Amino acid sequence: MSAYVSKPQPPTQDKRWKLVDATMRRLGHQSRGLIETLHTVQEAFGYLDESALRYVAMSLRVPLSRAYGVATFYHFFTLKPAGKHTCVVCLGTACYIKGAPQLLDAMQKDLDIKPGETTPDGNVSLLTARCLGSCGLAPAVVYDNEVAGKVSPQSLREHLSKWNHHES
Amino acid sequence: MNLEELEQIAVTEREAREKVRHEVRVCMAAGCLSCQSQGVKDALTAEVKNRGLEETHKVKGVGCMGLCSEGPLVATSEKQMYKHVASADAAALVNSLDGEPVKRLDCPTDVPFFQRQKKIVLENSGVIDPERIEDYIAEGGYRAIVNALSDMMPQEVISEITTSGLRGRGGAGYPTGLKWSTVSRADGNPKYVICNADEGDPGAFMDRSVLESDPHRVLEGMLIAAYAVGASEGFIYVRAEYPLAIKRLKTAIRQAERLGLLGTNICGTRFSFRIDLRLGAGAFVCGEETALIASVEGKRGTPRPRPPYPAMSGLFGQPTLINNVETYANVPPIIRNGGAWYAEIGTEKSKGTKVFALAGRIENTGLVEVPMGITLRDIVYDIGGGIPEGRKFKAVQTGGPSGGCLPADCLDMPVDYESLAKAGSIMGSGGMIIMDESSCMVDVAKYFMDFCMTESCGKCVPCRVGTYQMHRILSAITNLTATEPDLKMLEELCDLLKNTSLCGLGQSAPNPVVSTLKSFAEEYRAHIHDKKCAAGVCGAHENGGDEKSKPEEKNEARELSEVGA
Repeated sequence: MSAYVSKPQPPTQDKRWKLVDATMRRLGHQSRGLIETLHTVQEAFGYLDESALRYVAMSLRVPLSRAYGVATFYHFFTLKPAGKHTCVVCLGTACYIKGAPQLLDAMQKDLDIKPGETTPDGNVSLLTARCLGSCGLAPAVVYDNEVAGKVSPQSLREHLSKWNHHES
Repeated sequence: MNLEELEQIAVTEREAREKVRHEVRVCMAAGCLSCQSQGVKDALTAEVKNRGLEETHKVKGVGCMGLCSEGPLVATSEKQMYKHVASADAAALVNSLDGEPVKRLDCPTDVPFFQRQKKIVLENSGVIDPERIEDYIAEGGYRAIVNALSDMMPQEVISEITTSGLRGRGGAGYPTGLKWSTVSRADGNPKYVICNADEGDPGAFMDRSVLESDPHRVLEGMLIAAYAVGASEGFIYVRAEYPLAIKRLKTAIRQAERLGLLGTNICGTRFSFRIDLRLGAGAFVCGEETALIASVEGKRGTPRPRPPYPAMSGLFGQPTLINNVETYANVPPIIRNGGAWYAEIGTEKSKGTKVFALAGRIENTGLVEVPMGITLRDIVYDIGGGIPEGRKFKAVQTGGPSGGCLPADCLDMPVDYESLAKAGSIMGSGGMIIMDESSCMVDVAKYFMDFCMTESCGKCVPCRVGTYQMHRILSAITNLTATEPDLKMLEELCDLLKNTSLCGLGQSAPNPVVSTLKSFAEEYRAHIHDKKCAAGVCGAHENGGDEKSKPEEKNEARELSEVGA
């Protein structure tokens, strides 16, 4: 077996792999660039799947176990595609004191999913955040990248039903 | 780049400013942006353009003005401030510039919230445009590093920092001058400088605000540090959850590189320094320095035993200086004005100012910068405006999951590293969550334990298993099913975690429990013996709240999912 391994090929012809390659090149294909590269993959594709992890691990010459370890250690990385809509409930201290648990309860009941899960129809993903830094607006919720402050279970339900009706 | 060239940029910028008769500053930091301040800025710009006033009226996006609860905030060069501004108010605001201020949007600035603050770190926040290096230079920016490079030896820089008495603003309060001199004396080449911008404490958003409002100040602080310790490469480890801070840092680095303030042979000297960003990926433990280093190296963020300290063997096994964002932000003014100037502010052992993020049950939520040694009462009642809705103050939580809850009898205590530690809490990164009687302290302790349990990296047993066990007991207490032996066990576990955990996360995880056990013991007793929660938070909440509405909601949920399918 030779020490030289031929350059790994991207899993698909997708143009977005060029972005990933660019990041790896910028970091000199060194193993220390693993987290940065995974960030790029997730930014481009929305999540990390097995073929992506294999490709990145091969390219940076790190064991697949290490790539998988890093991808699962950090909360920011996700191995599953997110739903069409995402709803992030902030669980920072200020939001917690001002009623974030009630928001989460309401969502869990309405959608029948736990934080980190997506509804079976792939419409809504429920996520939680440690702190959005919008403590002045507590409790805060992010609907599809848009921060909403002073949210009540009522307004949350209204927003959710809007998403669901759009679907139909 | 030398001092004359820098001065030239500043003069050009100031001349351009003088041509402008009115400057309208719109807050573009995260808090105000999430209440649509971008729309306000666009509306104001369009209004000025429509009236053909671009020559004399300037609309500028600036950083955080502090009073986040009243956003979006707008300030004018006539020192008039407006709150809750909407896009529709643009015309009225432009009209008011040459006439009377708009009364209904007036945000008074002669109140204690603004008057009692002393701004050093935040002096440029809300004043300069964070996306323009010229604006920062016009306010005296980068003068400290250019001066240091031309007139000071690295040793002199360190002694200036030592004189200032600056201590690490990340939480532990290690003397910054001492850390710098350790790294500068350490053998090894290259050396690294890291800025810890992994602000994980829930309820703390000072570092984010500094990065978003004045990124160049952090770069300048890092440059000075790198010159002092002899480093040639630096990293800013910033949370991926802060996209705006990342964007502004990237812009700032690019601008500084273009002016030759970052790169090789800075200011024609032999000093070279590059700064690169590393994004965190949502692990609280990465705020711990050895875990952070592992993460910068592209590995899982797990801490390792110290010594060797990062000052001796850190990133890639080389001597590494790690400081927090706010620490670096304090450096340029210290070099500019001298260490003795800084040492005059604050208390005997805690010098300077500290930025606090006020949140929770308090009238004025937002960012404040106060001199060390101010009392908690002044912060909560004077600056913070007290507790809303006529409720009663119950506790203030400082230091996030590693800190503690301080009861009302601590209100007259001065805020400095030693006093907070003595009272059973820590300074931490500066989050202050105020709670009133509607919060149950056992539930708060459980909240923080849940946080530590989830965020434990799993490397050492006391933290991995201990936080889980403590959370289990606290859950039992809040479910009103716990017994007396549970409480004993909880106390034992506190002691165990504190003394045997590998890193700061585990060692300080019991703090919220210990401090509430000390100050609010009767609440624990009421939960265990009388099966009662005075705040009405526990027990009921666990069962899912109002039982009556439950069946309907279930049906509704089913309907919704059917519609969706």
